[in-house]
Amino acid sequence: MLNFVLRRLLATIPVLLIVAVLVFLMLRLAPGDPAAILAGDAASTEQIARIRTNLGLDRPIVVQFGIWAGNMLAGDLGESFYYKMKVVKLIGQRLEPTLALATFTILFAVLVSVPLGVVAAWRFGGWFDRALMGFSVLGFSIPVFVLAYILIYLVSLKLGLLPVQGYQRIGDGFWPFFRHLILPSVTLSVIYIALIARVTRASVLEALGEDYIRTARAKGLPEFRVLVRHGLANAAVPIVTVIGIGIALLIGGVVVTESVYAIPGLGRLTVDAVLARDFPTIQGVILFFSFVYVLLNLLIDLSYVFLDPRIRY
Amino acid sequence: MRKLIALLAFTTAYLSAPGAALAQDSKVLRIVPHSNLAILDPIWTTAYMSRNHGYMIYDTLFGTDENSQVKPQMVDTWTVSPDKKVWNFKLRSGLAFHDGKPVTGEDVVASLNRWGKRDAMGVALMGFVDKLEATGADAFRMTLKEPCGFVLEALGKPSSNVPFIMQKRIAETDAFKQIEEHIGSGPYVFVREEFKPGDKAVYVRNAKYVPRKEAPSGSTGGKQVFVERVEWNLALRDAQAQVNALAKGEIDILEQPSFPLIPGLKANPDVVVYSYSPVPLQYMARFNHLHKPFDNPKVRQAALAAFAQEPFLQAQVGVKELYRTCDSMFTCGTPYASSFGTEIQSKSNMKKAQELLKASGYDGTPVVLMKPTDLAAIDKLPDVAAQLMRQAGFKVDLQAMDWQTLVGRRAKKDAPDKGGWNMFLTAWQGPDIWNPIANATMDTRGEASGWFGWGKDDKILELRNLFMRETDDGKRKKLAEAIQARAFEVATHAPLGEFDAPLAARKSVTGHFRGTGNFYWNVKKN
Repeated sequence: MLNFVLRRLLATIPVLLIVAVLVFLMLRLAPGDPAAILAGDAASTEQIARIRTNLGLDRPIVVQFGIWAGNMLAGDLGESFYYKMKVVKLIGQRLEPTLALATFTILFAVLVSVPLGVVAAWRFGGWFDRALMGFSVLGFSIPVFVLAYILIYLVSLKLGLLPVQGYQRIGDGFWPFFRHLILPSVTLSVIYIALIARVTRASVLEALGEDYIRTARAKGLPEFRVLVRHGLANAAVPIVTVIGIGIALLIGGVVVTESVYAIPGLGRLTVDAVLARDFPTIQGVILFFSFVYVLLNLLIDLSYVFLDPRIRY
Repeated sequence: MRKLIALLAFTTAYLSAPGAALAQDSKVLRIVPHSNLAILDPIWTTAYMSRNHGYMIYDTLFGTDENSQVKPQMVDTWTVSPDKKVWNFKLRSGLAFHDGKPVTGEDVVASLNRWGKRDAMGVALMGFVDKLEATGADAFRMTLKEPCGFVLEALGKPSSNVPFIMQKRIAETDAFKQIEEHIGSGPYVFVREEFKPGDKAVYVRNAKYVPRKEAPSGSTGGKQVFVERVEWNLALRDAQAQVNALAKGEIDILEQPSFPLIPGLKANPDVVVYSYSPVPLQYMARFNHLHKPFDNPKVRQAALAAFAQEPFLQAQVGVKELYRTCDSMFTCGTPYASSFGTEIQSKSNMKKAQELLKASGYDGTPVVLMKPTDLAAIDKLPDVAAQLMRQAGFKVDLQAMDWQTLVGRRAKKDAPDKGGWNMFLTAWQGPDIWNPIANATMDTRGEASGWFGWGKDDKILELRNLFMRETDDGKRKKLAEAIQARAFEVATHAPLGEFDAPLAARKSVTGHFRGTGNFYWNVKKN
């Protein structure tokens, strides 16, 4: 097991290296000039050239990569062209909102979708099952921003229950923090509820057809126990896999939600950095995302051991 | 059931109770600026957000009032020698930086020297300056090589780059490197620890600031501060979300609501929408003079003739009371605006454009027209331009890209088929184009220097030099007219009409005044 973990951790190094090289090259080959963007509208070409020199962008790409890679190996992701701040600090500032949003979203999604999926499987073909399938199609189809505007209009503007926008750090108190996350999390969770509920339904449905379920029922176990202890537990591997992938997608896929609800998270940072051709920040954020994906995949793989005793590493 | 109802009632009350941080504090002004604040050095960049940040924390020697008149701000008195070459300035008493140190003549000299390396008017002014020196703790002197007609205009210029006064040790930073400290002597103090790029910028009242006695007007007059704290919400950039937040009272001021959302805001009884700027913004089409077909002035004239302003304004702004046509290349309603030489555009029609194009010898070279798809403020202009040019007989290659790609590409002098370009459209704030020195398109030094498009015309340069030297207002006006007439003749660019970009505020916010920027002194929150 320990060997497996170590091997997987070591395997992240070449993955991150490949990502680093690809991102670096793609950014340099993409159109757009950070110096021209920074200089502002009325700047002359000479001023832009001076800024380019100051940023080191007039050097050969190989030299630029060497400097950046050297700094990266020393744990320094560089300084943002745009914000004149260390990229590590920028990521640190934006991590909490994104993590909070992702955590609340996935928690809410799991708490709602797994019971729904189990009940739908239990009542396979009934009205509840059909209603859930209908909802999941709707959940997949409705764009996040449309749902966000509808919820804001109803819950915030008409009922006045929750704020329209903004984020409060957890350090400012749990209630303001939580209150600002309710609508964004609900908005973002709908698609995950649809996804996880469908997968749960399918997995539990398959498990409910197994012999051990019939045996459990024959033993006279209560139906709830049959469903949870024997049905859900044996259907857990695909569900956990989907949840894990969902978390990974959430971390990088919260841009629209962060925009509509004005949450200063990593998604917005990435978009702003791309629009400003802020190379060090883009590189830093993508490396960070890559590391998170690799780590999440490892955690998912490790969880299989606990969910299915037949799996050994 | 009763328990359930009680629980629901409690939850509703609890949820709807405002959070502590959102308490409606009349001492905190919450603003959504027109863009993100990234660069904190208003001399290093011409970005308007950096300029607005500058106005919060720095003060200026002179300012420009709502009637475009230059008035003293940090300066108390000044004298000019009879030969108009020696200017002595004395600062007001009581001026101090946020760290308590007094503002001195040396601070002014260092600040002007740095600004004079970056700003177009600053560079022009420094070309005349023989010596700039501190003559006392609160005085400085500017000695010119020859008389110059725009000393006060330059020192009081209200838009980017504004000659903000910084501490000497900070102002001595290389003009091409950003400053690291942000200590001014203006009405607000920047709270560096609370600044989170892309999230928020915070300013607190400078309790030691001594305002002038005069009423505020433009960037001049008494900068009275009536709130303790100003918060710029940099995260709220979705247009609809901004309007929602204003409607609910989560923000107090929205600097630049999207045009299509303005009618809805006007219908809200808690919100007021108004144009704060006495001078409008102007749309502009800029030709690349280096490459075919716009290296030929006759082809540029044909485009100019095709560009009736109304279709651009209708498509981009749409709200009739917010736009108007303006023949002048200098902002309409300001001293140098005129209709001299404008006939080619103002009396244009498509037939004339077609004739001009035919007579120009245009060989069908496609015009690479860059269209920014992500900048709602100007994204419809290129479509109109393309359509009008096609009607006139041009071949147009309309290339869609994001604004920052456009910004990077327009700095390239390569041929259009090698990554260059022929034309782009943009918008300018009034003060940036209201005289021949500030107006970047009038710097016709060609490829060697100048603004994107690199127009070259010695006659304009000659007239511009005369304008810089002229000290008589009447003669300056005549020279500006001649410059404009020549600029239309060689078609440096095409003005495409003017518009107001109003702000929206909660009715509880009062005390706004008209000015050429977003100024947040004198504002009260009830």
